[in-house]
Amino acid sequence: MTHPPYLSPAYRSSVLRAPSRPPVVLRADPDAVELTGPVFGHDEVGELDADLTRHHAGEPIGERIIVTGRILDAAGRPVPHTLIEVWQANAAGRYAHQRDQHPAPLDPNFTGAGRCVTDEQGRYRFVSIKPGAYPWRNHHNAWRPAHIHFSVFGTAFTQRLVTQMYFPGDPLFPFDPIMQSIPDPAARERLVAHFDLDVTEPEWALGYRFDVVLGRTPTEEP
Amino acid sequence: MNAVQPTPSQTVGPFFGYALPYDQGPDLVAEGHPGAITVAGRVLDGAGEPVPDAMLELWLGETGTRRALDRTGEGVSGFGRCPTGADGSYRFRTARPAGPYLAMLVFARGLLRSVATRVYLQDGPDPLLDTLDPARRATLVAEPVGEGTYRFDVRLQGEGETVFLEF
Repeated sequence: MTHPPYLSPAYRSSVLRAPSRPPVVLRADPDAVELTGPVFGHDEVGELDADLTRHHAGEPIGERIIVTGRILDAAGRPVPHTLIEVWQANAAGRYAHQRDQHPAPLDPNFTGAGRCVTDEQGRYRFVSIKPGAYPWRNHHNAWRPAHIHFSVFGTAFTQRLVTQMYFPGDPLFPFDPIMQSIPDPAARERLVAHFDLDVTEPEWALGYRFDVVLGRTPTEEP
Repeated sequence: MNAVQPTPSQTVGPFFGYALPYDQGPDLVAEGHPGAITVAGRVLDGAGEPVPDAMLELWLGETGTRRALDRTGEGVSGFGRCPTGADGSYRFRTARPAGPYLAMLVFARGLLRSVATRVYLQDGPDPLLDTLDPARRATLVAEPVGEGTYRFDVRLQGEGETVFLEF
C-alpha cells in the first residue's frame, strides 16, 4: 500500500479527523468532472517564485539548496505544465505562520513559500535553504524531521497530491508518526530526496533530486 | 521506461495558511457575476467540533477564462481554494457547473491524505447518488438556504459522515 491509512493513532490529529467509513469507489465514468483538472499558465507564476532565497531584500540564513526533479504519471511519463507549490520552515525550524509557537527565530529574509510550473519534460527546480527540524506536541519530545511540503496537481483532480519531501539520512525518521504512517518502508523511502553532486553547484548550493509519481487515473491505461 | 511507483501522500499539516491560500482564491467568479452562487458551510471533526485548519478546493470541470491563480481575466475560473476560518467555515463564490455537481477536495491537519467528495446542487437521478442509502445520499446534496446560496457541511467522521470518493 502506498498511502498512509487515514486513521494512524500515533499521529494524534488523525484520530478525530480520519473518515470511519471506506470511500465509495466510483466505477469508471468517462464524464466524471474529476478526470480533468485546472490548467495553470506559466505566466501566472512569477520568475522568482521558484527561488525562495530571493523573496526579500537580504539573503536568508541557512544552507542553500537546489531541489529539482520530475513529475511523472503512473506510467512514468512526464507531466508537463503542471503546478507545484512548496512551503517549509526556515533553517531554525520555524514557519512564517502566526500559529507556529516554536521559540526559534523567524528569519526576516525567508518566508518559505514558492511555486513553479513544470517544463515540457515535467521538470521543476526550486532554490531554497535547508529547513530545520522542529518540535511539535504530538507526544513527549516529538520532533519532525526536516521536510519540504509539496502540492502537485497533475492533469486530473484525482491525481491531486499533497506530500512532504525529506532529506537523506535524517535520524528522526523512525520517531516520526507522520512519515511512519506509511506502512510500506519502500514507499516511505520514496519521500526521501537523493543528494546529487551533479545538481550541486560549486561554491554555491547543495543539490537534491526528488521525483513525484502521481496516481493512475481511472481511465488511464497502465 | 522504468517501472515507477506512486509517491505516498502526507498531511498538509497546520502551517499551510501562509503559503497555499491566495487572493480571491475562493472566488471562481468576480463579485456581481451574473448567475453567481455561493457554496458555504463548515468542516467538522468526529466530535462535531469545527476544523479550523482545513483547506478546500473546488473544481468545475473546465479551466475557464478567469485565471486560477492571479484571478485576472473575465468570466469563470474552474478552480477555487478556500481555507477554513476559526469556526471551521468556508465560502466559495462560483458559477453553476455544467453538470449536477462540483468536485471538492478537503485537506487538513490530521488528514494524512486528502478526501474527495462532490457537492450536488440538487437531488435527482444520478449514477453515484443512486448507489447510496438515503441518509448517506443526503450528505452530498447541498441545502439551498436563500437566493443562489447553498450550504454544504463536510463531516469528516462519525454521525452524518460525508460520503468520500475513491476513483
